[in-house]
Amino acid sequence: MTDSPPLLEITDLSTHYVSSRGTRVTRAVQDVSFTLNAGDTLGIVGESGSGKTTLALSILKILPPAARIVSGRIRFEGENLVTKPAHEMRRIRGKKIAMILQDPLASLNPLFTVGDQVSEPMRVHEGTSRRTAWDKARALLRAVRIPAPEARVREYPHQMSGGMRQRIVGAIAISCEPRLLIADEPTTSLDLTIQAQYLQLLGDLQRAHGLALIFITHNLGIVAKMCKQVAVMYGGRIVETGPVRTIFSNPQHPYTMALLDSIPRLTKSRDRLTAIDGQPPDPAALPPGCSFHPRCTKVMDRCRDEEPADVAIAAGHRARCWLHADNGVAQSVPFKAKA
Amino acid sequence: MRQPVLEVEGLTKHFPIRGGFFGGSAATVRAVDGVSFSVERGRSLGLVGESGCGKTTTAKLILKLEEPTSGVIRFEGRELNGLDAAGVRGYRRGVQAVFQDPFASLNPRMRVDAIIAEPLVTHEKLPSAEVRKRVEKLLDVVGLARRSATLFPHEFSGGQRQRIAIARALSLEPKLIVLDEPVSALDVSIRAQILNLLTDLQTQLGLSYLFIAHDLAAVAHMSQQVAVMYLGKIVELGDAAEISMDPKHPYTQALFAAALPAHPDEARDEIVVAGEVPSPIAPPPGCHFHPRCPFAMPRCSSEPPKLLTVGGRTIACHLYDGGSSPDIPSVR
Ligand SMILES: Nc1ncnc2c1ncn2[C@@H]1O[C@H](COP(=O)(O)OP(=O)(O)OP(=O)(O)O)[C@@H](O)[C@H]1O
Ligand SMILES: Nc1ncnc2c1ncn2[C@@H]1O[C@H](COP(=O)(O)OP(=O)(O)O)[C@@H](O)[C@H]1O
Ligand code: SF4
Ligand code: SF4
Ligand SMILES: [Mg+2]
Ligand SMILES: [Mg+2]
Repeated sequence: MTDSPPLLEITDLSTHYVSSRGTRVTRAVQDVSFTLNAGDTLGIVGESGSGKTTLALSILKILPPAARIVSGRIRFEGENLVTKPAHEMRRIRGKKIAMILQDPLASLNPLFTVGDQVSEPMRVHEGTSRRTAWDKARALLRAVRIPAPEARVREYPHQMSGGMRQRIVGAIAISCEPRLLIADEPTTSLDLTIQAQYLQLLGDLQRAHGLALIFITHNLGIVAKMCKQVAVMYGGRIVETGPVRTIFSNPQHPYTMALLDSIPRLTKSRDRLTAIDGQPPDPAALPPGCSFHPRCTKVMDRCRDEEPADVAIAAGHRARCWLHADNGVAQSVPFKAKA
Repeated sequence: MRQPVLEVEGLTKHFPIRGGFFGGSAATVRAVDGVSFSVERGRSLGLVGESGCGKTTTAKLILKLEEPTSGVIRFEGRELNGLDAAGVRGYRRGVQAVFQDPFASLNPRMRVDAIIAEPLVTHEKLPSAEVRKRVEKLLDVVGLARRSATLFPHEFSGGQRQRIAIARALSLEPKLIVLDEPVSALDVSIRAQILNLLTDLQTQLGLSYLFIAHDLAAVAHMSQQVAVMYLGKIVELGDAAEISMDPKHPYTQALFAAALPAHPDEARDEIVVAGEVPSPIAPPPGCHFHPRCPFAMPRCSSEPPKLLTVGGRTIACHLYDGGSSPDIPSVR
């Protein structure tokens, strides 16, 4: 497996939003690189505005009009999606790459039955007949543990509870047996016990279908539970990435360290949490140099105007921080930010 | 034993609802159904449970934003029902609130100084110089720059707005603050700032908190006592550290098992309870949790369990009313 090329390989991807008068540029995604092998799970964590959703939308090329992929490559099954024409992307979306949106409940159409919505991708992408697609829809609803699927296929989304609608969105996503599923904050609106059910379901589906999964979340607990790899985003960049165990046990970027320290834990009681001062940056006006420098407890002079390079710390473990500039091999050329 | 600042006994709120599925006849949402607890002076009681279990309604009853259907609320030993108008005003001063959404809870057309001073102006006739001095002091206390006073809420981030809301809640020097999901809407890296601020204020000012949240680790971190609610009732109440290490009620066990790990190596049993929280309009008979409970016995579907004292905590579950401690698997 390790010798075969990765399923997804993103290299130096940058996606910017440009305001209508062209005066305001938001570097929502900047120089992002990572690879994902078939069947693997990658967690992308970051705070609001760090660029997670923009990254996902870039992979699927369903960006809003103001957004542009300004540079980089997205190789999926060996082909560069960045240069793929729209009609070919339509054949990939929903078929080979499926996405569960940040607000899954809004992605169901209230006017169509559940059966129509679950069978639609199969009819569009695979030309399946209505009858066969409906049979498959019933099987899919059973697979996502909707009770009485024979009756439920004819119902409308409003007749279902939040947890059931969530599972229906999951059924739609896997209906064409995609190779890659991107789930953007799939459980933020769910209660704990329902969240546990849904995470278990996604894990089961992944194992059953050999799916690769990208989990976008602000919740490190979800990453700890579900993912093998993690990429931490801050101000549009991946500031640290590596195997989940390594990052949780031995984080190397000050932001990752501070984030892990700031979270209350059930198993450890402390009087005070280690808080991170300041606030996440405005991606339209990122601080010069390392964009974490105004909040970093280890900030050095060069951090304020020189942008740290992406450095390999160990196999598969990379960080963008001047503390590691001499420890490893720079993977991309650092560039001087214009202040 | 510390003195309770707030005691609640048999607190109940039923909302009548009309129409829809019930063919025009009235039904009842049992949002809060016979809840009892107390908050000790200078300490925090955490209230946890899934959405719709009645946490916010409990908060509103305590804040007198809703009138209880029945039950008793006692503040510093005095029953609310017996208070005259002046007594009620005193109560409203003594009990303040901070809500989840700092974007919705602050009036966008008011400047920060007016927002913070509003309770002061309503309750006390103070010269404006004095009001200004108090606002500055409050801004210092919550860690905001003094020049914030003349700005509008939209000029602040979520965490800063929550600081404004806290300053406002502090303006009348309350005894108790009801915190309903105070950090849920905030960015992860900001939450610790606000939780630390709340901890510091509690130590400095001797405040008591009713801390409502669905993040179990945050509740356990912030509270000495925890009450777990399910469908309008408290199912387990006791020492926060003990409950999080060794939850006893099957629902509490399920809830803590569903909490996400802090580290990938954290051992955790996979107890994933099936089903969803039933509607509080028609809760299951007997123990409300019985359709989802892995330990349910025949009597659970007909006999509502009573709250029992087991080893220093209160639990409502038939597994524990046989006298001796039952042999049920522990989560950790
Ligand atoms: N349509 C748009 N036009 C202009 N800017 C946008 C647009 N969508 C997003 N942005 C900006 O791009 C940046 C990254 O946004 P993105 O939605 O990718 O973040 P995110 O990490 O998914 O955040 P969240 O956790 O809140 O979902 C933000 O500064 C955001 O304001
Ligand atoms: N004003 C109201 N009218 C009718 N039902 C209500 C009202 N307020 C709350 N409820 C219902 O009462 C139950 C408890 O709600 P709430 O106290 O908001 O729960 P929580 O804060 O734990 O999520 C829910 O079923 C909710 O829909
Ligand atoms: S580069 Fe400098 S400011 Fe940025 S994280 Fe590293 S030490 Fe901190
Ligand atoms: S009373 Fe019965 S159903 Fe309810 S929690 Fe206890 S064992 Fe389970
Ligand atoms: Mg997003
Ligand atoms: Mg609530």
